[in-house]
Amino acid sequence: MVQVTLWGGLVPLADNQKTISVEAGTIRELLRKLEDRYPALSGPIKNQVAVVVDGVIYRNDWSQPLAEDAEVFLMRRLAGG
Amino acid sequence: MSFDATHQKEQFKSVGTRPLRPDGVDKVTGRARYGADFNMPGQLVARVLRSPHAHARIVKIDTTRAEAVKGVKAVVTADDLPDLTNGDAALFAILDNCMARTKALYDGHAVAAVAAIDEKAAKQALKLIDVEYEVLPHVVDVDAAMAPDAPVLNDAIFTEGVTPKPDTASNVANRSEFGHGDVEAGFEAADFIVERSYKTGQTHQGYIEPHACVASCNPDGTAELWVCTQGHFVYRQNCADLLGLEVSKLRVTSSEIGGGFGGKTHVWAEPVALALSRKAGRPVKLVMSREEVFRASGPTSATSIDVKIGARKDGRITAATATLRYTSGPYPDMWAELGAMTSFACYDLENVKTVGFEVVVNRPKVAAYRAPSAPMAAFAVESAVDELAHKIGMDAVAFRIKNAAKEGTKSSYGPVYGPIGIGPTLEAAKAHPHMSAPLRENQGRGMACGFWFNFGGQTCTDLNINADGTVTLAVGTVDVGGSRASLSLIAAEELGIEYQDVKAVVADTATLGYNDMTDGSRGTFSSSMATISAARNAVEIMRQRAALMWDIPVEDIYWEDGHAKAAGSKYGNLAPLSVKDIAAESGNTGGPIAGHSELVADGAGVSFATHICDVEVDPETGSTRIVRYTVIQDAGKAVHPSYVEGQYQGGAAQGIGWALNEEYIYGDDGRLQNPGFLDYRIPVCSDLPMIDTQILEIPNPNHPYGVRGVGETSIVPPLAAIANAVSNAAGVRMSHIPMSPPRILAALKDAKG
Amino acid sequence: MTAIAVSTTINGDDVEYLCQPDETLLDVLRNRLGLMGTKEGCGTGDCGACSTIMDGRVVCSCLVLGAEAQGRSIETIEGMAQGAELHPLQRKFIEHAALQCGICTPGFLIAAKALLEEKPDPTEEEIRFWLAGNLCRCTGYDKIVRAVQDAAREMRGEAA
Ligand code: FES
Ligand code: FES
Repeated sequence: MVQVTLWGGLVPLADNQKTISVEAGTIRELLRKLEDRYPALSGPIKNQVAVVVDGVIYRNDWSQPLAEDAEVFLMRRLAGG
Repeated sequence: MSFDATHQKEQFKSVGTRPLRPDGVDKVTGRARYGADFNMPGQLVARVLRSPHAHARIVKIDTTRAEAVKGVKAVVTADDLPDLTNGDAALFAILDNCMARTKALYDGHAVAAVAAIDEKAAKQALKLIDVEYEVLPHVVDVDAAMAPDAPVLNDAIFTEGVTPKPDTASNVANRSEFGHGDVEAGFEAADFIVERSYKTGQTHQGYIEPHACVASCNPDGTAELWVCTQGHFVYRQNCADLLGLEVSKLRVTSSEIGGGFGGKTHVWAEPVALALSRKAGRPVKLVMSREEVFRASGPTSATSIDVKIGARKDGRITAATATLRYTSGPYPDMWAELGAMTSFACYDLENVKTVGFEVVVNRPKVAAYRAPSAPMAAFAVESAVDELAHKIGMDAVAFRIKNAAKEGTKSSYGPVYGPIGIGPTLEAAKAHPHMSAPLRENQGRGMACGFWFNFGGQTCTDLNINADGTVTLAVGTVDVGGSRASLSLIAAEELGIEYQDVKAVVADTATLGYNDMTDGSRGTFSSSMATISAARNAVEIMRQRAALMWDIPVEDIYWEDGHAKAAGSKYGNLAPLSVKDIAAESGNTGGPIAGHSELVADGAGVSFATHICDVEVDPETGSTRIVRYTVIQDAGKAVHPSYVEGQYQGGAAQGIGWALNEEYIYGDDGRLQNPGFLDYRIPVCSDLPMIDTQILEIPNPNHPYGVRGVGETSIVPPLAAIANAVSNAAGVRMSHIPMSPPRILAALKDAKG
Repeated sequence: MTAIAVSTTINGDDVEYLCQPDETLLDVLRNRLGLMGTKEGCGTGDCGACSTIMDGRVVCSCLVLGAEAQGRSIETIEGMAQGAELHPLQRKFIEHAALQCGICTPGFLIAAKALLEEKPDPTEEEIRFWLAGNLCRCTGYDKIVRAVQDAAREMRGEAA
């Protein structure tokens, strides 16, 4: 089980849950299960999220493995200069 | 192909040296070709008509008189760029910004464009386009735009992120919140509290090269675009989407780029140039004037920020909050959110809360500017932190060291940090001779810290080994400040060959796979990762070729110092084969040798900096001179130290301009009053001292060589470092950026009572 | 408007061209003569990217009319290297990493060349004030000033 924390904007789309427990071995699996559970998340997941795993930001790499006790955040995908 | 990106390498031969850049001669002889330095046969000149109103409904546009001008070949309006965005709000904002549809939303918003055989005909035609406007009330100030009676820009904007969902439209597009702990309890436990409000003006990236492109649409649906951009693959996607072109049929070549700093990360006029070319059936060159660049491209947010920080007598911060209001121009984005995330990122806080409000106003669409949104937040927070240290009676550096984030700290924006560099930059500042240098009358010293995320992203690189053993490296990130030199060093290092034997080029969209925008300090980080991966793939092939040449099993061959070597005593008399040896035989061993890499370079690693600055404030005029400046920043591993220093110095100089001078000034009519370098004054050579740099190298665990991005963080600390120095020099706390002479004089007068 | 015929000297060569009365020297160089090494950053005399030397003086070519070049001698960045031999300033700019994007570089080189011709041993302050009409947004000027100092040293025949 990984604990996922959602950024504020996503919370209303996930039955007002801020943290969600999901059984997932990779980022991709995590996102798919979140979408299954909360279909309203599929829009943002498609093109707006970055996933932070143990402090490292992944904008694109959904193949990243997630450890059992990984600390995971969904953030907005950020812009840079 | 699987690629192991973990940090392994500690000893370097090429990386860390300072060779001459491969594009140097072209650039000092005037041969390098930038956006405006390219022409095509039969090319037309384009000019854009822009709204003189800050906010107006477009009732009618009549182009008949303009079309009748001799030499005019096409006139376009929003009708020629139909909405193909399919509900994608971000893309629609780009489209509407390129060419206003129903409303002009800021002074300078494009409403029509002309292509003609020469400048004269084009200009004449612009005057003959009849636009009927219904002028609407406007708002440009961030706080005014949030007031309940403010004119509303967009009836479809209802503040997101608040419950219950509002039922009236407003200019506040969204509210975002970050933090953890209990800030109320934290403030209860504080012995000292500082609470202040700050404002910052809107600045422009100020790249010296205006936006420029040459667009050519053919009747068969193919098209070409030559353009100065930070990301030609993204421009291709944007333009294809907006014009309904097939991606493969639009070839985009990135010219040399004369500065971007975030301002060339999305399209501005390129779709217009393509639409003109499509309509005229001829190539079209569109070059913005400096005035257009200021009025209609890239500024940063203007902000208004409240900060409250509490600490115990022993110097430990107990709670911190910030409310940040950022303008985004007429289209909502995530600038306030970025500010809210970065505000307290330097610190290890038990109780912290930040709230961001994204506010639409009648100003140009905001674009990223080097660590976007972070400098303003850092100005507010680092000013308050400094004031609090004074209040407690602690040294400013010691106070920050006591509260600095470290490995394992839960960041204010959520995640827990890995190994980070804020502590080391502060320790280096403490030990730096600058800290103890004597100061003269009217001089003061200040310091401040800064944070930026850094990004990676999709990256693709081709590495071709030529028959003579030299290497051509094709990359898809744009060279904004010496990255071809850095990436050649990386290829040389990984292959074990000489830097001179590598030639790096930026490939166009038809010759390489997709690459993300060159933003977020990712150029060298990501493309170096892809280059290492491509080189390793090429080495694999060279081992196989060596096996063929020697007729021995490939397992017996290893790669070392740029040579294939046979392992074991039974091959004792086989002289190692160099890249040149293997390349020379490639025709007989299987053909050309190349390594490719397509990957997502993630794990860029956050970046921190500490700046120290001495200023002298003239009490008569209120003008501030930078006397001495030092930048200390973590680079992970500096690939080409000269260009790392250059990034540090350039960012600091931009921050100095922001702190002291630069600001968009609007009249009551909502028109920009200073759209030129004369009145929007960026630092010149005589304004600045030498800028000292100290590069720290705390390896990024997620890059084979430990590299981190270095491009952006250096613009984050200067605003606060200078404000803190001014406070120490003149005894006044400046809460409004820029700290122009009139503002400082007024503050001095207030202080005297 | 009728075009004006102009005879002038550019980088030592005799050149003739026709231009409009309101056309700038910058536009003539770039659009009529193909000398695109001279850059346009503002068109209003505020950035120095278009710096050229006219009869020994640095001018913003965006503020000079093409017609004014009649009978004068113009130097542009294309004439700075002697054949394949780079001018010391050009070499030192590359060696010191005094350019990042490089769009300002031709203007700086032209201005610095005029400086060193007038003052072979300028102080840092003199360099900074002389170059104050040239904007660079990338470098913070540090490496540009050092490159000029080093080139001046070399041109005076001093060891680095
Ligand atoms: S283009 Fe002439 S000074 Fe800027
Ligand atoms: S190097 Fe980019 S403006 Fe000077």
